[in-house]
Amino acid sequence: MAYLELKNICKTYGKGSDATEVLSNINLKIEEGEFVAIVGFTGSGKTTLVNLINGLIEPTSGEVLFKGKPVVGTGHERGVIFQNYSLLPWLTVGQNVYMAVKEAFPHEKKSVLNQMVKDYVGMVNLLPAINKRPKELSGGMRQRVAVARALAMKPEMIIMDEPLGALDALTRGNLQDEILKIWGKEKRTALLITNDVDEGIYMADKIIPLRPGPKATLGPEFKIDIGRPRDKTELNDNPNYKMTRNAIIEYLMDIGNDRKSVTQKEYSLPDLDPKNFVELL
Amino acid sequence: MKESIALNRVARYVGSGVFIPIKSILTGQSGKEDFKNFLRKMLVPFASIVLFIGFWHLGAKTLYNIEAEYKITKALNEQGQAEADAVRACIASGAISCQPNTLPSPAQVWASFNTLLEDYYVIKANKQAFKEKTAVLNENRLAEGKAPITYTGRPSFVDQIFTSLKTVFAGFFLAMLIAVPIGIIIGLSKTLRSSFNWLIQIFKPVSPVVWLLLVFMIVKTLTKESNSDSAFIISFISVGLCSMWATLVNTAMGVSSVDKDYINVAKVLKLGPMQKIFKIILPSSLPLIFTGLRITLSVAWMVLIAIELLAQSPGLGSFVWEEFQNGAMDSNSKIIVAMFVIGLIGFLLDRIMLTVQNLISFNKND
Repeated sequence: MAYLELKNICKTYGKGSDATEVLSNINLKIEEGEFVAIVGFTGSGKTTLVNLINGLIEPTSGEVLFKGKPVVGTGHERGVIFQNYSLLPWLTVGQNVYMAVKEAFPHEKKSVLNQMVKDYVGMVNLLPAINKRPKELSGGMRQRVAVARALAMKPEMIIMDEPLGALDALTRGNLQDEILKIWGKEKRTALLITNDVDEGIYMADKIIPLRPGPKATLGPEFKIDIGRPRDKTELNDNPNYKMTRNAIIEYLMDIGNDRKSVTQKEYSLPDLDPKNFVELL
Repeated sequence: MKESIALNRVARYVGSGVFIPIKSILTGQSGKEDFKNFLRKMLVPFASIVLFIGFWHLGAKTLYNIEAEYKITKALNEQGQAEADAVRACIASGAISCQPNTLPSPAQVWASFNTLLEDYYVIKANKQAFKEKTAVLNENRLAEGKAPITYTGRPSFVDQIFTSLKTVFAGFFLAMLIAVPIGIIIGLSKTLRSSFNWLIQIFKPVSPVVWLLLVFMIVKTLTKESNSDSAFIISFISVGLCSMWATLVNTAMGVSSVDKDYINVAKVLKLGPMQKIFKIILPSSLPLIFTGLRITLSVAWMVLIAIELLAQSPGLGSFVWEEFQNGAMDSNSKIIVAMFVIGLIGFLLDRIMLTVQNLISFNKND
């Protein structure tokens, strides 16, 4: 039985003639302990897919099953890291993480909770900044706080919605390593949504492209046969890496080209005759 | 170094850029940039104040001359040349009985201000003497369970200022207590918002005078005794009802437009409804609530004068009205003193609210 399963998911926004079917016939199986990446174009419905999995929205038809049971709303067992960090700006780093821990473990003593907060903030190397507000932190630091907050709830599955999209390339590289290190410690199931193919290949066991919308579906699964721990510098020499990367990019580019060549919109031009200025002069 | 950091923080919170150039000149760190800042922030406003007083003086003098000429001409037409000359002499001599009654000059306003100040000291001394005289008598009365005898003389100008301030703060807190909870409830529920919108829109533009009459009717029916306290109650309730609409609308707007990201966080963390309100919605909408409170305070101070005038509460409003009824030459300048005092207090109140707002708010994308 798959850990997370999506069966024939369809999601339509709007009603009647305004209805747009964003996702159509999505089928996905994730096993326990797997790290899956979904790559796609911007606007293909990645965030809609993520919100269906973490329970913020409901599918129009189809089922989302987590450990065999249908998903109803959000839950502490599925931790989310948002694209915009979504840290509460009026709380400090420690207070943001404490809020999550308090909700996930309401019956624990205060001292235990405080220790947990310190542990997780230390895990993302932000202990010196534990009493700072988000506005005093850089983008990379804020995202690390978001990671700490999601992990502090001890979820059974981590869902990351383009977590590193708003960062520069160098910080992105650092954070990819940190997330992999943390994931490696406890081997939780993880789902990463990204628009960077290299990031997907570097971090995941399995990478699935999401075809562009409307009526987006998932493309074929590409298994990544590169041993862990992965080294960024050696990755470029790995033949498996090159093969997988080329396959995925070719697939995505084909879809992109298809999209460009086949447009079924009809434009009707107004029925006008050009004015003859010579006559008027 | 530490002092300058503290001073910078104070300046930032109080919202006044005046302190920074002064500080740098005093500590001898000024460069050309700071000197220009000093000129801009201190000298130019000061010069504009001097200019304003100059124009005022000229205007008052012109009006004085026009009024004087009118008086002399009138005397000439009605009673002949001799009378006209007598009037001219009288005006020139400066006797109070025949001064033209028009816009006072800055000098006269300053003189009236000093008069009011002296009057305050006199009344203060009177009150002190009265207290000492009746101290023993009041002790006996308290022992017997009767109310003590209080000073029932005329209140001084400063007393009236304090009465006005008390009334405005009472009204402001009443407005806050009513508007903030109702605003939160309306903001949270879309159905309530659309159903109560008409009520808010109809009552918002109602004039303070009408509120006063309504409150007067209700309070008079409820409290059958007419002691001077009822004037205070009527005043502050009217002030509160007039000024609470800004806070109500802003609170509702702030609560209903919380960033969707924070709502998602509440959902993902599975916060209960009470927790969601107090931990996420309220802190997120505090800036807008404070904007509403600031507007409420300034509206409250403005309508206070009109309401006090009509409710006969012993504050600045009734002071202005009494002086106007008096019609003496002194009264006009006293009214202008009152105008400046009212304006200054309003300015100070706004600054206090701004400082509190700066202390409490956070910047999301600093």
